[in-house]
Amino acid sequence: MPKITYLENNGNSKTIDVSNGLTVMEGAVQNDIQGIDADCGGGMACATCHVYVNEEWFDKLPKKEDGEEDMLDMAFEPKKNSRLSCQLIVSDELDGLIVSIPSKQG
Amino acid sequence: MIKTDTLIIGAGPVGLFCVHQLGIIGLTCEVVDNLDKIGGQCIELYPDKPIYDIPAIPECTGEELTNNLLEQIKTFKTNFHLNERVEEIKQDEKKWLIKTNKGTQFETSSIIIAAGVGSFEPRKFSTKEIEKYEGKKILYSVKDKKIFKDKTVTIFGGGDSALDWAIELSNTSKVILVHRRDDFRGMQASIDKVNQLKEEGKIEIYTKYQLDSVEGDNKIESINIKHDDESIKEIKTDYVLGFFGLIMKLGPIAEWGLNLDKKTIPVNTENFETNKKGIFAIGDICSYPGKLKLILSGFHEGALAARGCFKYAKPDEKYRFEFTTSSKIVKSRLGIKE
Ligand SMILES: Cc1cc2nc3c(=O)[nH]c(=O)nc-3n(C[C@H](O)[C@H](O)[C@H](O)COP(=O)(O)OP(=O)(O)OC[C@H]3O[C@@H](n4cnc5c(N)ncnc54)[C@H](O)[C@@H]3O)c2cc1C
Ligand code: FES
Repeated sequence: MPKITYLENNGNSKTIDVSNGLTVMEGAVQNDIQGIDADCGGGMACATCHVYVNEEWFDKLPKKEDGEEDMLDMAFEPKKNSRLSCQLIVSDELDGLIVSIPSKQG
Repeated sequence: MIKTDTLIIGAGPVGLFCVHQLGIIGLTCEVVDNLDKIGGQCIELYPDKPIYDIPAIPECTGEELTNNLLEQIKTFKTNFHLNERVEEIKQDEKKWLIKTNKGTQFETSSIIIAAGVGSFEPRKFSTKEIEKYEGKKILYSVKDKKIFKDKTVTIFGGGDSALDWAIELSNTSKVILVHRRDDFRGMQASIDKVNQLKEEGKIEIYTKYQLDSVEGDNKIESINIKHDDESIKEIKTDYVLGFFGLIMKLGPIAEWGLNLDKKTIPVNTENFETNKKGIFAIGDICSYPGKLKLILSGFHEGALAARGCFKYAKPDEKYRFEFTTSSKIVKSRLGIKE
């Protein structure tokens, strides 16, 4: 199973096995990772699943779909390496991905 | 003090259908919602998107679903208290006393919380120490546009609200528009208009900038905005407007003594009552093993919660199960003449 590392905003780092096909958001919510609210349940309508992607990973990820950048406008402190974790679908290619969770979701 | 059998908190699809279920069993209700319109997430987040999993409705948009639900409950002439947030809930012997942030008070025998993921509130700037300006010089909505006349107003955001207000206020104020990237996501006509006003020198636009800090004691002297490349620019401005859409906050619900599991309220699946007798929770806000955050699940939950309210509203009567197709009483409650 691919391993995803979540850097929580309290400084903790948690590496979790997440099944292929789940989203990075679901991997967090199902494993009690702090700081990913995912209020809309993955509908790309809330931006409370916002994460920063570790730089070396950012370009390797599938590109943003229409709407993700629009939604990121509303995220808390968006940066160039911001993504919505509900739009990142876990696959073998994502094994080793590191994401940091912002200090707040809004 | 408004007296009613049941108070519903939240006018999303689940609260709306629950009005129907209370109505056909002969209970009255009033509905409170913090938003300025009826429909919850369907109207606020996806009015134009199609939904494909409402039983017997192959396809409808969020707005159509809301309008159909309203049509279905029209006969009950329910009072909706919009723009009001339920703040306080108190028990007084067998009654519940409820108060909103506008001071409206209700006395009921039961409460149904259909509050989704909480009330929608404007998203704010993340900048530190911003609170002291908020509500005065830093605003997230416009109540009286006259205050901006002949002043400098800096607007942050890239959607329709930001663009519309930039266009509107450029008639009477100096307008500066700041957005975190080059693309705006509003309607093309508004984007074109803003660009035209920029050409004419009526609006200044800074993209790839975000708010960095605010200078000044109570009044704003100036603000600093930061570019993606970390460079800082100072802007003299009187007002700052931020339009970053809405976020859902659980808010006062967390203070009512209800058990909470993350941001949801655990219920039993027999009648969706919470740990407090007479308070029910349905729709996205409730949780139980196997809960699906779907509209259709919320409809079922509302049907059972309504029956659960019956014994509190009419302790001396017995609830009788009836079909809408065949019960004369139910049909008369629905205003159907035969
Ligand atoms: C983009 C998107 C697509 C979706 N697609 C589907 C789909 O295809 N099928 C499906 O079944 N579901 C879908 N959903 C989920 C569906 O919209 C929700 O399950 C549904 O809206 C839940 O309804 P609700 O009435 O429980 O809560 P909501 O719709 O969230 O309404 C709750 C209301 O309560 C109000 N409120 C909260 N607290 C207070 C308070 N203290 N005082 C006053 N008012 C308060 C809020 O302002 C809000 O209006 C989708 C959701 C999104 C975001
Ligand atoms: S969970 Fe809401 S946008 Fe990702």
